[in-house]
Amino acid sequence: MPGIEKISIVISKGSLEGIYPGLIMANGARAEGIEAHLFFTFFGLDAIHRKRHEHIKLATVGNPALHMATWLGGFPGISSVMTHYIESKMEGIDIPSIPEFIEMIADTGAGLWACKATVDLFGMSKDDFVEQVQGIITVGDFYELAAGGQIIFT
Amino acid sequence: MSTITLAGKDVARTDDGFFEDPSQWTEDMVPELAKAEGIEQLTDRHWVVIRFMRSEYLTKGTGPSVRALGKSSGVPIKELYELFPKGPAKQAAKIAGIPKPIGCI
Repeated sequence: MPGIEKISIVISKGSLEGIYPGLIMANGARAEGIEAHLFFTFFGLDAIHRKRHEHIKLATVGNPALHMATWLGGFPGISSVMTHYIESKMEGIDIPSIPEFIEMIADTGAGLWACKATVDLFGMSKDDFVEQVQGIITVGDFYELAAGGQIIFT
Repeated sequence: MSTITLAGKDVARTDDGFFEDPSQWTEDMVPELAKAEGIEQLTDRHWVVIRFMRSEYLTKGTGPSVRALGKSSGVPIKELYELFPKGPAKQAAKIAGIPKPIGCI
């Protein structure tokens, strides 16, 4: 049976737990020699936003798997504290920060793309994104890029 | 498991092509192993990575991931993928006769 040869991953969320899985899967695909593309849409654009991608936070409200009372999750500063905690755990097992990971994934030869509809909606431009982003593309362009491979939406 | 002949020696490998016994590996097997990975022109830079994989495995018991390779081998990630397009850690491990490195990053 032939293995997977190409994968396109959509990152649509801007929280720490919304961004990392897609990055890990794209990086892991390249490590296996699989062609990979990342398409950032809606709040997922924060992952490639020059000024925002260093400040991605863990969502502490509406996440029952944190096993924390909802009212506590909404308390000022809790998201920062929890983010700091999980980031230090990640560093311990050698998972790079989001800015470093984005740079690394670009170096693996994966494609990084921003969604045009969202860029227009949020009033952004190419200058808002890190230099590794190859272009701002439409959904149609994305499907063309993804042709012949698998698509994962996160 | 399958057996192939490399540099005149019978070598046992896993189904996905990694050495069952890394001690069976010798440097003269490298050109043939590289060729099987689609690498026709072995350069000094390939050798840097292959030797690094080998020494990491011998000291730590496991080969490095791509990120660790990029950080410590002296070959940056971009170049690693140019040298080993089908996955640097995986291909270099096969060529260096060591097990597949474990790790997600």
